[in-house]
Amino acid sequence: MARIGVFICHCGENIARTVDVAKVRDALAKHPGVVHAVDYRYMCSAPGQELIRNAIVEKKLTGVVVAACSPHMHEPTFRKACAAVGLNPYLCEMANIREHCSWVHSDREKATEKAIELVRFLVEKVKRNRPLEPIRVPVTKRALVVGGGIAGIQAALDIANGGYEVILVERQPSIGGHMAQLSETFPTLDCSQCILTPKMVEVRQHPNIKLLTYSEVEDVKGYVGNFEVTIRKKARYVNEEVCTGCGACIQRCPQKRIPSEFDRGLGRRTAIYIPFPQAVPNIPVIDREHCAYFRRGGCRLCEKECPRGAIDFNQQDQLLTEKVGAIVLATGYDLIPSDIYSEYGGGRYRDVIDGLQFERLLSASGPTNGEVLRPSDGKEVKSVVFISCVGSRDRAKGIPYCSKICCMYVAKHAILFKHKVHDGQAFVFYMDVRAAGKGYEEFVRRAVEEEGVVYLRGRVSKIYQQDGKLIVRGVDTLSGMPVEIPADLVVLATAIRASDGIVELAQKLGVPVDEHGFLSEAHPKLRPVETQVAGVFLAGACQAPKDIPDTVAQASGAASKVLSMFAQDAIEREPTIAKVNEQTCVGCFECQRACPYRAIERKEIRDRQGNLIKVVAYVNPGLCAGCGACTVACRNHSVDLEGFAEEQMFAELSAITAA
Amino acid sequence: MTAYAYFPGCSAHGTAKEYDRSTQSVCAKLGIELEEIPDWVCCGASPAHAVNHLLSLALVAKNLDLSPSDTIVTGCAACYNRFKTAIHALQHDRPLWEQVKQIVQPTKLNGRDFRVFHLLEVIHEFGLEGVKERVTKPLKGLKVACYYGCLLVRPPKVMAFDDPDNPKKMDELIAAVGAEPVEWEFKTECCGAFHAVPHPEIVLRLTSNILRAAKDAGADVVSVACPMCQINLDLRQLDIQKRHKVTFNMPVLYFTQLLGLALGISEGELGFDRLIIDPRPILREKGLV
Amino acid sequence: MKQATEREQLTRTDELPIVLTEEARKFTEEVIRRSGERVDWCYQCGKCTAGCPVAFAMDIEPSRIMRLVQLGQGERVLKSKAIWLCVGCQTCTTRCPQEIDPAKVMDTLREMALEKEFAADKEVVTFFRSFLDNIQRYGRVFEPTLVLQYNLRSGHLLQDADKGPLMLFKGKLPLRPSRNGAIVRKIFDALGGRRQ
Repeated sequence: MARIGVFICHCGENIARTVDVAKVRDALAKHPGVVHAVDYRYMCSAPGQELIRNAIVEKKLTGVVVAACSPHMHEPTFRKACAAVGLNPYLCEMANIREHCSWVHSDREKATEKAIELVRFLVEKVKRNRPLEPIRVPVTKRALVVGGGIAGIQAALDIANGGYEVILVERQPSIGGHMAQLSETFPTLDCSQCILTPKMVEVRQHPNIKLLTYSEVEDVKGYVGNFEVTIRKKARYVNEEVCTGCGACIQRCPQKRIPSEFDRGLGRRTAIYIPFPQAVPNIPVIDREHCAYFRRGGCRLCEKECPRGAIDFNQQDQLLTEKVGAIVLATGYDLIPSDIYSEYGGGRYRDVIDGLQFERLLSASGPTNGEVLRPSDGKEVKSVVFISCVGSRDRAKGIPYCSKICCMYVAKHAILFKHKVHDGQAFVFYMDVRAAGKGYEEFVRRAVEEEGVVYLRGRVSKIYQQDGKLIVRGVDTLSGMPVEIPADLVVLATAIRASDGIVELAQKLGVPVDEHGFLSEAHPKLRPVETQVAGVFLAGACQAPKDIPDTVAQASGAASKVLSMFAQDAIEREPTIAKVNEQTCVGCFECQRACPYRAIERKEIRDRQGNLIKVVAYVNPGLCAGCGACTVACRNHSVDLEGFAEEQMFAELSAITAA
Repeated sequence: MTAYAYFPGCSAHGTAKEYDRSTQSVCAKLGIELEEIPDWVCCGASPAHAVNHLLSLALVAKNLDLSPSDTIVTGCAACYNRFKTAIHALQHDRPLWEQVKQIVQPTKLNGRDFRVFHLLEVIHEFGLEGVKERVTKPLKGLKVACYYGCLLVRPPKVMAFDDPDNPKKMDELIAAVGAEPVEWEFKTECCGAFHAVPHPEIVLRLTSNILRAAKDAGADVVSVACPMCQINLDLRQLDIQKRHKVTFNMPVLYFTQLLGLALGISEGELGFDRLIIDPRPILREKGLV
Repeated sequence: MKQATEREQLTRTDELPIVLTEEARKFTEEVIRRSGERVDWCYQCGKCTAGCPVAFAMDIEPSRIMRLVQLGQGERVLKSKAIWLCVGCQTCTTRCPQEIDPAKVMDTLREMALEKEFAADKEVVTFFRSFLDNIQRYGRVFEPTLVLQYNLRSGHLLQDADKGPLMLFKGKLPLRPSRNGAIVRKIFDALGGRRQ
């Protein structure tokens, strides 16, 4: 027989002003199964909780309903109070008579009536509640970081320095990401390589970091604390154990005209190559597509040249399986192709380049050794036009968002250009200058005030070639005048989007992707580095366009989440998850199709002799989020949600209809 | 092959007779059947849509009602644009469609699915190879600046003709008959259109820029696919000369005239003599006439 | 009441400052409704002005027209020459990052200007009227009378007079007009009836 206690809170005046709490108390006292009903001014206060604890003991309560505020506020408070005196916390429920009643009504009589009903429904539910135990999931204290740009590097170092093992996977031959391509960084103009390479080396040498470059995550199974990751380690055709990175092979390679990815097509590389001199690891890869041996047989000059015998044309891709407890996604960004506007030449003009290409032109280790020369004819650039918002903030191109970093790097580009070409002229077309960061506004003003960069407010409508110049036809909306600039070089600040392949990876993990292809955080304000999938965290531009300081901060944030998780031996999860009735389950697996968390597995039921009787659905408690989609999909009601069972819901609803 | 309903457009009977005739002869040569819409009326061009949206739709709807076929072709870029825009608007706005029907009182419109093509598309669709096979006099050595103007390509969402900044269809046809299309930047710059009458100075400025760009690109002639563009680029060279003392002497031919020449159609039929800047000297120089 | 009229007076002059009244919002809304274009989305990037082939001749550039519509400055906009100088080339429409069709907005503004009998650019309005008269009479454009009528009405009597004989000589002028005027007149009548 149920013995329910009902505790009605005044919430000061918040509830009592509109709801006659005494009347509620008296009504509930008469409700079948209720053995105790009291009201109190602040139920969440220490004496309020004391009231509940005492009643549980004295009246031998089998269930508790607290009629107060939203369970979001105080359910944990009251459940803890119950647990303290030995009542299973899942036998305690809250009726929300504040947000759902007193705050939204003014008619005292009707509000009181509604409050009574709200509490009654919950009493009916609690009568049918079962004690539940939190699910404890063991944790593998080892993390996977996907992506070896500055975000992944920072996250990996922080976790590794916390004393845990990290596997850092990077699909390019070297870590470093886009930051390695930059010449200098805003707003301080530090040399990007100089601040990044020490971190890259630290990653390489860190005893807790297992670095897998030229590798990609192929598959992810499992759940928080217990992921099993398959990683494809692509064949480099160079034995990493043996190679010393002497570079003799690269010197010897006859294929010297391959456009360098690292230099974004402005420089050339060989078929066996390291992407840039400071690459980590300093071990070359052979690009099969361009290697003479792989194309036609023969050559093998690199093999002959290598003093260590490290070249291995027979190397195959390897599939590695790793167990990890947490995953940090730091997959970064790409720029959209710069042919997005056909009115800007649609990619036809060699002297219309993107921001990263300009970084390579500025870089001392770049294809022009840091001289600003035109890609088409190598002539020195005397006048350059920078165009912001190319693709960004363009609803017509499906990119309504701001790419965030362009305003700053455009100012940086213009300043650096002026440092290199003193008599040169730099123009910036902008719509708004967004310089909200420490020292950012001052940096932009410096471009205008000290470096003489000309800022023009407006978009550019057309770029075309005439007499060896690029004619940039834009507008200055501040003067209201169309503007024409004959330029030697045009740099487009093309929009930022999440890296290629991220959607596929997100699908493997069940991590939601937003409408623009960036990974979604669990809460835009309060859970910015977590995802909806427990144990999977975000760092850097894979979540949204981000500059280096923000990226590093988020990476450290993600790392601290991982570390606090690893500080526990097991993770507790809410037991309000789906449960399959194996007796009645017919194994149709409609539930599996409905489950957005990939939590439903197949379970074989065998008799004592080991003969297969049937296959039924099994809910993996590590993955189930308790959303209930499976309970709706199940044709014969064989799946139920713990704590929200159909029986409980029906009891609640019946109480409403009865009322 | 089914016949296209042919909408010649008003200029075809006046300033652009040579376009109409060269169109007819080229299509005959290629076996593209044209059937002129009986009693067709003006599509309203710029003035109609510029001052009365309903009027511009009604004039097109009337022509559709008169059309013997659901597949319509026109050589005029402006008419093409008006037709496509009106059909697009009517298809996407049922109440508007009802309103227009009340005005036009159509008899044969219901349930028809009209498709409108520009002559360039029809011949391009006919096939570059097919055109090439029928060439009897390749236009070797002739450098042609293909000028498309505004209304063929814009707005691309409605017109869906080709790249709005660097269209290729005419260039490909011109190349198919052996001429050399030049790379240039003013393929779809505006010629000033109707301002030839109210504000000729605007047209002079815009056409000068276009002609200069063609000249700089090394073109011998400009090829067009619109009577309005043609007359602005051709006739206005006289004013440019008179007022600004700049002589381009740049023949502006309809693309059908160039195609016709390569397909062996007689000079008389193609009406070179009707152009203001006579193309025959340069054609003669290249040994093409 | 008197105050209101004074207010109105203020908004009706071209003098500064722009006075933002409730009327102002009504004009914006009317333009949005009639054109079906979200002029309120314009964020003043100016790409329309940058690419406009006739911006050089306009008194108010296209992007500023959009801005003044947003600010409800009906008189300023409807009395501008710019709306008549827009040639409808749709470069702005093609390139607008906010998916607004400024060319269509210009059409609407011209309609509204004519309703208020504003015709800031006499030449263009005269040409449009002559053109529409011409097709009402003949069904198709008959160039000789179109040019003649325009020249007479606009007072530019000798404009292109030198080209007539040349065009005639080149066979570029038709000798007889089309006789489909009745078809077009019916449409004009139906529209006229609807209007009143």
